Amino acid sequence: MAIDREQLLHVAHLARLELPEEELERLGAQLNDILAAVSKVSELDLAGVPPTSHPLDLVNVWDADDPRPCLTVEEALANAPQRDGDFFRVPPAGS
Amino acid sequence: MIDTLRLTAEDALGLVERGEVSSAELHEAYVAAIAGRDPELHCYLRVLEEPNGTSIPIALKDVIGTKGVETTAGSKILQGYVPVYDSTVAARCKARGLSLLGKTNTDEFAMGSSTENSAYGPTRNPWDPSRVPGGSGGGSAAAVSAGLAPWALGSDTGGSIKQPSALCGNVGLRPTYGTVSRYGIVAFASSLDQVGPVARTVRDCALLYSIISGRDHSDSTTVELPYAVELPQAEDLKGLRVGVPREFNEHEAIEPGVREAVQRAIELCRVLGAEVGECSLPHAVEYGMPCYYLIAPAEASSNLARYDGVRYGYRSPSAADRLEMYERTRDEGFGDEPKRRIMVGTYALSAGYYDAYYGQAQKVRTLLIREHAEQFERFDVLVSPTSPTVAFQLGARTANPLAMYLSDLLTIPSCLAGLPGLSVPCGLSEGLPVGLQLIGPQFSENTLFRVGHALERAIGFDGVPERLR
Repeated sequence: MAIDREQLLHVAHLARLELPEEELERLGAQLNDILAAVSKVSELDLAGVPPTSHPLDLVNVWDADDPRPCLTVEEALANAPQRDGDFFRVPPAGS
Repeated sequence: MIDTLRLTAEDALGLVERGEVSSAELHEAYVAAIAGRDPELHCYLRVLEEPNGTSIPIALKDVIGTKGVETTAGSKILQGYVPVYDSTVAARCKARGLSLLGKTNTDEFAMGSSTENSAYGPTRNPWDPSRVPGGSGGGSAAAVSAGLAPWALGSDTGGSIKQPSALCGNVGLRPTYGTVSRYGIVAFASSLDQVGPVARTVRDCALLYSIISGRDHSDSTTVELPYAVELPQAEDLKGLRVGVPREFNEHEAIEPGVREAVQRAIELCRVLGAEVGECSLPHAVEYGMPCYYLIAPAEASSNLARYDGVRYGYRSPSAADRLEMYERTRDEGFGDEPKRRIMVGTYALSAGYYDAYYGQAQKVRTLLIREHAEQFERFDVLVSPTSPTVAFQLGARTANPLAMYLSDLLTIPSCLAGLPGLSVPCGLSEGLPVGLQLIGPQFSENTLFRVGHALERAIGFDGVPERLR
């Protein structure tokens, strides 16, 4: 099943990617090729097979509740594209 | 005069420990080698010219966070990002006295098989600079083979350590999932990502693995090693059972020269005393690739959501409101491959498609785990080519993402199953290195080292690229 332009724009919006027209076209074609290839997984009847989300058998990994130093405010803000006092500054929310 | 092309990490450590060469002299010798050869090869994104340890040097792939040293993951979106803390593996190297030589080139966010997806330009293969070094960790692998680092760390999601090691003619270990901390590593696909060593010999690889592995309270997916890492010594393979999976050794994508070199190595296993038998993993190769290219992009789309221009990294200067800032920052900051994977992953996780794509891929993963486990009742290791081909020409696969994805055909299945894998050089085809892939059950690194070491000794592969000898 091929992705149409409307779906492509929807997925791009979900992923917060602004895709200019020429990128949209190129990516759309490549995406359809990739999805056709990966759709092969649907050939297998795997009813009753449990999914794997993690390759190790770890259950409830606990750690002692000991306080440890964390980043200072200055460290946390060191890479901020724009800061305002002790805050990250961002453009206003849209309408 | 220090010959960085031939010096193993073990020998270098001996020189420093006996006081014959200082840590600083060694660091400077590598910096000089980098100045000579790296303008052509471009293994490094950043070089630290000042010695900064008490022992031998090391190079780290640029997805590994290093306090005070820019870490970009090969992406424009992280240009100028200087971590304020060390990743656990960087801290462990530092604690051991290793001197950081620099940060090595990688496909953007470790997504790729040729290092051509780096936003900072490709790395070239030291055996033939018109060819790729493999990827994503092409910088680390090429640096080790070109004598620009005694050893290095890479990261492997679907083959990014083993495949470049194969294409550059050195030894790379993808460890058992969970044995090496990912704290401070730029995340790609969290149920698959593993950090591991790249070195000139199997013993060096084992030594570096012993330095970086073990439980880390900052990464809850890590476990303590259930065994002590042993430096391999035995030169025979008596008592070992070696399995040769048909699907991994007879696939049509495997070049004849690669097949021959691998077959000679398998024959050698028999000569060294191993019991060799054929076996079959019917789904692993055929369904591994499609399974991987659903799971990895799905996890990547989630992990890469953090690059939003708010807290660190690139921010588009031209946005009027917040949504526009997110969307424009990500469009301008990410290259083509991360965008493709974010789009595939977002689609595979979106309402209405989740079960058919991501959910089904997770079940295929279970199938592959079972398929491997069944063979490990009969065999200690499984062998195959690491890469179906030798190093390919730059540009040969960039126009076709699916052709590039096939580079990892034989490394992907064991990654999905959480298994360790070692690539060791087993000969040349068309004058270019061929890697032999050894796969074992979880926590079988010592066995892989043993087999790799015995083969390394018996094959006597010269890892110095012919044009540099």
